[in-house]
Amino acid sequence: MEILVCVRRVPDTSENEIELNSAGNDIERDDLVYSINEPDNYAVEEALQIVARVGGNVTVATVGGEDDEEVLRREMAMGANHGVLITDEAFNGSDGKGIATILKAFVQKGSYDLILTGVQAEDGGAQVGGMLAALLDYPFASLVNSIEVLDGKKLKISREIEGGNKEISEIDLPCVLSIQTGINEPRYVGMKGIRQVAAIPIPTFGVSNLGLEPSAVGEAAAKVKRVDYFVPTLGKGAEILHGSREENIDKVLELVAAKGGLK
Amino acid sequence: MARILAYIVHKAGVVDDSAFELAAAARKIDPTASPTAILAGWGTGLDAACSALGASYPEIWKIANEALAYPNAELIRKALIKVLPSNSIVLIAHEHFGIDLAPGLSIKLNSAFVSDVVDIAGVDSASLKAVRQEFGGQVSAHVQCDISSGAVITTRPGAFKVLPSTPGSGTVVDKSADVGALAAGRRYLETVEAEAGDVDITKHSILVSIGRGIQEKDNVAIAQELADALGAAVSCSRPVVDAKWMEKSRQVGSSGKTVKPKVYIACGISGACQHLAGIKGSPFLIAINKNPKAPIFQVADVGIVDDLLEFLPELTNKVRELRRAA
Repeated sequence: MEILVCVRRVPDTSENEIELNSAGNDIERDDLVYSINEPDNYAVEEALQIVARVGGNVTVATVGGEDDEEVLRREMAMGANHGVLITDEAFNGSDGKGIATILKAFVQKGSYDLILTGVQAEDGGAQVGGMLAALLDYPFASLVNSIEVLDGKKLKISREIEGGNKEISEIDLPCVLSIQTGINEPRYVGMKGIRQVAAIPIPTFGVSNLGLEPSAVGEAAAKVKRVDYFVPTLGKGAEILHGSREENIDKVLELVAAKGGLK
Repeated sequence: MARILAYIVHKAGVVDDSAFELAAAARKIDPTASPTAILAGWGTGLDAACSALGASYPEIWKIANEALAYPNAELIRKALIKVLPSNSIVLIAHEHFGIDLAPGLSIKLNSAFVSDVVDIAGVDSASLKAVRQEFGGQVSAHVQCDISSGAVITTRPGAFKVLPSTPGSGTVVDKSADVGALAAGRRYLETVEAEAGDVDITKHSILVSIGRGIQEKDNVAIAQELADALGAAVSCSRPVVDAKWMEKSRQVGSSGKTVKPKVYIACGISGACQHLAGIKGSPFLIAINKNPKAPIFQVADVGIVDDLLEFLPELTNKVRELRRAA
């Protein structure tokens, strides 16, 4: 099975406190730690496990810039056979549909049975997978948390629905699936593994070799644009306890006893 | 102003709560709007769901089709394309079905798409300004959306406050004849219920709930010791289940359990909306997190900025001391 996994490099929210820049038009990006978008990493692991069972190849692709090569190499160190960087100045400012349009052009350059994305990016809208499928007229399923290959023509999949229940379906290939976290246990990647793939060339694709009209992508085509960022106020905010740890513990116990009762 | 339509999720004759939130979102976009509800399905359940919407929607469009007995997003997309007026604004709840349906629908309608919207900040004839949360709720963004050729907008469950219902009897319009035969590349087989698990977190009045901040599996015992001392149970957020540190049955959130404790002690939980969606009944919420900017502090009653791996064991010791003294 030929599998394409679309991945993204994003600021790692477990490593960073996300703050606004002084202009308020973006998050402060200096000194941010970036990593692979977490659901995308599960998607790559799933692709590797499928290929280990039924044979085939895994290609990881990202739409971005030079800096994004590091996540391709990381996923290649996990075992992906190929990495592809889809990059062009004309892509800057693309909205979700723009990214899906770029990916569609790339998909049509190859021959893939299965296309995976992560369910959502930290700053994304859970949208590119479903859009890509619609542009290709492929079947689509979101929030996928298990995949079984039935034969060369279809899969049995499970989607995560409310209350932790699972919706089981059959889906025809080729198709696009967006992968939910927890579907598997992504393998560890060490520095050694990344060094081993450091010299493998990563081909790049842009507007011209994808046969895209520059006006169909990028800022000019985007119907959806981020204007600015701000810090939300969700509630009245917690009363923060500023005492010593011992004082805070006493206060917490007092509150737990008053509000819930100790059994 | 474009026509506003809301796609309504229903099950066994009961409309989802989001139906009324979508009506509120429609009026936030256009206070003079007469939003139209669209329901797809088959059988008596569909009719019951349609008649439940009369007080919120002046017009209710019904698509009855045997192929839609189970809500398959691809089939429903194909049906909607046949009945939706061009350039309309389509509202859909951002839950598992909406995530399945909405992005592809926007492509087929050639309209703009904004997902998981929590508020509307402004509208004019050609554009709409929506509010979204990003990076787990740490920051929000204003998003400008060109609606001149319509828009598909998904709204976060709970974000739009339901308006008081006015007595009314919306007209049901049968659009079934516009649809015709439907087929999809994905076919529903069955639903598998979640496993019950060894501990029922929905039955406890105090929950010690752990998130990514617990850092590793061995540290779960630290929370369990506190829970044992308090007579509580340990629950958790999604990353803990993804990492296989706890069973799925312990997960609180939209994809896990809905809990109604009296006291909820959130330990190393950032406070993503999907997690908060599982906490009902306004429990007293105590948050312990070493990141002072964690969104959980915005919704908690009391917050402590501290390292939970040090704080919790000391708290446990204090509880045990009190117990011995009692």
